[in-house]
Amino acid sequence: MSSATTTVSAAVSETATAKVEIRSVHKNFGPLHVLRGIDLDVRAGEVTVVLGPSGSGKSTLLRTINHLEKVDSGTVSVDGTLVGYRRSGNRLYELRERDILKQRTRIGFVFQNFHLFPHLTVLENIVEAPVSALKRPRKEAEAAARKLLDRVGLADKAEAYPKQLSGGQQQRVAIARALALEPGLLLFDEPTSALDPELVGEVLDVIKDLAASGTTMIVVTHEIGFAREVADTVVFMDEGRIVEQGPPAEVLDSPRHERTRAFLSKVL
Amino acid sequence: MALTSDPPSAVPLTKDPEAAAPSPTPTTSSAPADLVVVPVRHPWRWVAVAATAVLLAQFAHGLITNPGWEWDVFAAFFTTETILRAVWVTLQLTFYGTALGFAIGIVLAFMRLSANPFLRSVAFAYIWAFRSIPLIVQLLFWFNLAYLYKELSIGIPFGPSFLSFDTMGLVGEMSAAVLGLALHQAAYAAEIVRGGVLAVDEGQSQAAASLGIPRLRQLRRIVLPQAMRSILPNAANEIISLFKGTSIVSVMAIGELFYQVQVVYGRNGRVVPLLMVATAWYVLLTTALSVVQHYVERHYAKGSAR
Repeated sequence: MSSATTTVSAAVSETATAKVEIRSVHKNFGPLHVLRGIDLDVRAGEVTVVLGPSGSGKSTLLRTINHLEKVDSGTVSVDGTLVGYRRSGNRLYELRERDILKQRTRIGFVFQNFHLFPHLTVLENIVEAPVSALKRPRKEAEAAARKLLDRVGLADKAEAYPKQLSGGQQQRVAIARALALEPGLLLFDEPTSALDPELVGEVLDVIKDLAASGTTMIVVTHEIGFAREVADTVVFMDEGRIVEQGPPAEVLDSPRHERTRAFLSKVL
Repeated sequence: MALTSDPPSAVPLTKDPEAAAPSPTPTTSSAPADLVVVPVRHPWRWVAVAATAVLLAQFAHGLITNPGWEWDVFAAFFTTETILRAVWVTLQLTFYGTALGFAIGIVLAFMRLSANPFLRSVAFAYIWAFRSIPLIVQLLFWFNLAYLYKELSIGIPFGPSFLSFDTMGLVGEMSAAVLGLALHQAAYAAEIVRGGVLAVDEGQSQAAASLGIPRLRQLRRIVLPQAMRSILPNAANEIISLFKGTSIVSVMAIGELFYQVQVVYGRNGRVVPLLMVATAWYVLLTTALSVVQHYVERHYAKGSAR
């Protein structure tokens, strides 16, 4: 890991402001070419919203950033460190699982279907990773978890089991769980798509709150209104490519590409 | 409210002229809340109940009055030392067979779930073989292990050995039986554990992986406790069936419950009451296992809606 940091940081010093750098990433699922050469920079402290029709590869792209999905070619780096690989000369050596897991503790991921651990209480859900991955003392982790629960408005639900909560509450717990590792980067994979319409707002409010606090975030979503309000950059993807990107006012209100216009006219 | 004070239109349907007159008594009112629900009758159900009850009574009567059951002999032998010792042997066979069987089974399950095709194939072949060979045949094989391998040794594979044991000395009757039961059990346990692990939503290990939780911890803390919910009912079935399956070990002349009962009735000729002694013990201990199963399942149902 340490040797990787030195080699890579030397190579990327010119773009040191970028939190996430994605370079010509390709990914195939069997015969399906899901990502066809993606290049993307995400600057620290910014909110990037990724839009696009289903099957455009936006979720897959998000999952390559924390190496839940392996890329077939290209590189992903976070904070100037390659994710999932160690570079030596012209070769990329796949990291051992233990090292990949360590990298993931710096990247929070929120799933569409929450994926809370149903057999653990809300507090145990949040405390699990800090205790087992970061070796934090349990008492300390619990105190931090209660603070996070307070922040997402669920201070009274610490002892509840996930099944006893509404979808919106579960997703807020999932966000608190991701925050418990104090990651420098948060990835949201359609965080409101599995929610009843009336519950979408409470989750978006939490995410907006995080955005205001300066956390670097990449959000895959279908909520155009949210993108307009919160995003620093909107990225529109189609068929495994980035069609266009820019400030929301540009991409959402005066898109340059026909494909973006067609998509927006259907969603808005 | 308005319905009750209005002369209800349904009232004239009643034949009683007194009741037909608008009356303040609620019995004649047709307010929906006051209507009486009459459930449908099931006369044939009662016939079936009666017939079943008669059959049961006859059976119970037979148990009590038929002298062939020889309850006095049953009572005399139920807690004799020979029988109690045999029950203990049966319990030991069950315990070691289960523990070793599930230990090997868990390893096999993860071999079958492995990404490596060699490990997968070996586990598959093991399960295929041991599910195909009847338990009794396997047990007799183990009993005759010394015929195939005169001594067992530890050393470099295909090379020199450091330690060697006389097979007969190492694999005694009891351990041959435990080994046979365990290896047989392992094949079934492997499939049960694998099924349980597969039943856990993939998102669970993804979430654990995305949080950077170490691999072993993911298994122990996240996946296995959830897998236990589908493993337990099947595992309990297996343990109970192994418990009764120990009676097959009687072919190896090991003093477990069924063998000992056979020995006793071979001597005194009281076949039926002694079979009842064995039956009662099997039923009693299976019941105890079921009670344990109930509580263990309740433990692992934490946080679930059903």
